[in-house]
Amino acid sequence: MKILGIETSCDETSAAVIEDGRNILSNVIASQTDVHKRFGGVVPEVASRMHVELIMPTIQEALDKAESTLENIDAIAVINRPGLIGALIVGVAAAKTMAFAANLPLIAIHHIEGHIYANWLVNPDIQFPVVCLVVSGGHSDLIYMSGHGKYEILARTRDDAAGEAFDKSARVMGLSYPGGPQIDKLAKEGNPHAVHFPRAKMGDSLDFSFSGLKTAVIRYMEGIEAKPPLPDLAASFQQAVVDVLVENTFRAAQERGVKQVLMAGGVAANSGLQSAMKARGQELGIAVSAPPPILCTDNAAMAAAAAYFAYERGETSGLDLDSFASEPIGKRAS
Amino acid sequence: MRIVVRTYSADETMEIGERLGRGLQAGDVLALFGDLGAGKTTFTKGIARGLGLEADVHSPTFTLIHEHLGTIPLYHVDLYRLASEEEVDTLGIDEYIYGDGVTIIEWADRMKSLLPPERLDIELKLIGETEREMVFETDSPRLQAVIEELVSNADISH
Repeated sequence: MKILGIETSCDETSAAVIEDGRNILSNVIASQTDVHKRFGGVVPEVASRMHVELIMPTIQEALDKAESTLENIDAIAVINRPGLIGALIVGVAAAKTMAFAANLPLIAIHHIEGHIYANWLVNPDIQFPVVCLVVSGGHSDLIYMSGHGKYEILARTRDDAAGEAFDKSARVMGLSYPGGPQIDKLAKEGNPHAVHFPRAKMGDSLDFSFSGLKTAVIRYMEGIEAKPPLPDLAASFQQAVVDVLVENTFRAAQERGVKQVLMAGGVAANSGLQSAMKARGQELGIAVSAPPPILCTDNAAMAAAAAYFAYERGETSGLDLDSFASEPIGKRAS
Repeated sequence: MRIVVRTYSADETMEIGERLGRGLQAGDVLALFGDLGAGKTTFTKGIARGLGLEADVHSPTFTLIHEHLGTIPLYHVDLYRLASEEEVDTLGIDEYIYGDGVTIIEWADRMKSLLPPERLDIELKLIGETEREMVFETDSPRLQAVIEELVSNADISH
């Protein structure tokens, strides 16, 4: 079964063709990073306007690369929640139009669900139950999955997302956007014990909090004491984030007795986080899976992968499908 | 009218937000100013509580707008990533500002000339590790009454 996936929830316009939920025939991401660099961040309306301009060429390229046409596509998948409403509706409108024109089933996917299913594109050996660590610019969630499409939120961030902490702290350290990858690169050369930054513990809760860490970095950078070299600062900051993510993820995994942890979202591409997760997993006998960087960031392949399993459960949407700015994973929206 | 409040912990900052939230009505617009780490999201959490929302309020920096639905909806906007008023202007933010809920705009300096005249400005300043100064300022008679209420029975006003 071939599914055409579409994703426009934030700054990437992306389309992909996936076979049977696992085999990537194409995954086109019209990266807008060059445009965004000039502004120091995601620029929403520029993004929405660019989605409008890029959506059809991106879809066409995805079909061409997959050596497909709409005639041999079996379903259309689209991310319709959550995200910036003006950006989401571009993808949803394109998906609905094609589903109507070619008389194909339409499958709506939650953005976080998509991120999690990126793991099925690279790992043929996933056994439920699993705990998923979803970390990106907008999310820091721990999610328990007892089966396909069955989500229980175990933890969220109480304030800033991990990726946001990376980008804001990078800016305070004088690094340019996007700060996360730069910190990761610098951290490889640095001493993670040079500066002690706080690790927030939320009592018995598995929730995350990164705003205290951000404030500590700001206060430290504004302080008068001599600063260590940038790689040491980057490594010390990154270690503070990694320690908390690893700690809470494996606490959740052990509390739930799972034997497998899935990583997802843009911050899952952080090499320091991946190696720390894998090391802890090995100690505890828990398998750790993470998609390659290109499938960690926003992309449409993840939407089509998730849609394959949703379709098997009979979850399709009508042409009245709407977009939703905010909605937790696990609630159906159609 | 201008009122200055100091808080000494994140809990106090949240409490001021909660008390303010209880006095807000649909259509109110709050413009938040202040640097990274000044406590804007913490304060907004308090407001959500005061509005009676069981909302999971966290930073909308990457996602730009969070909608929290309830009796009085809360629209939590964060313009940190935007560079100019031209960009804000095309965001469709008017639909929230002139809508049916309370709109809180973090990094409101990004749209200063586009802000509605009827609003409450709140500047948050990072004083110490957990100490914050909050400056409330408004020309609206109703919002003046709301912030007066805030200090009249507050034991943490200074």
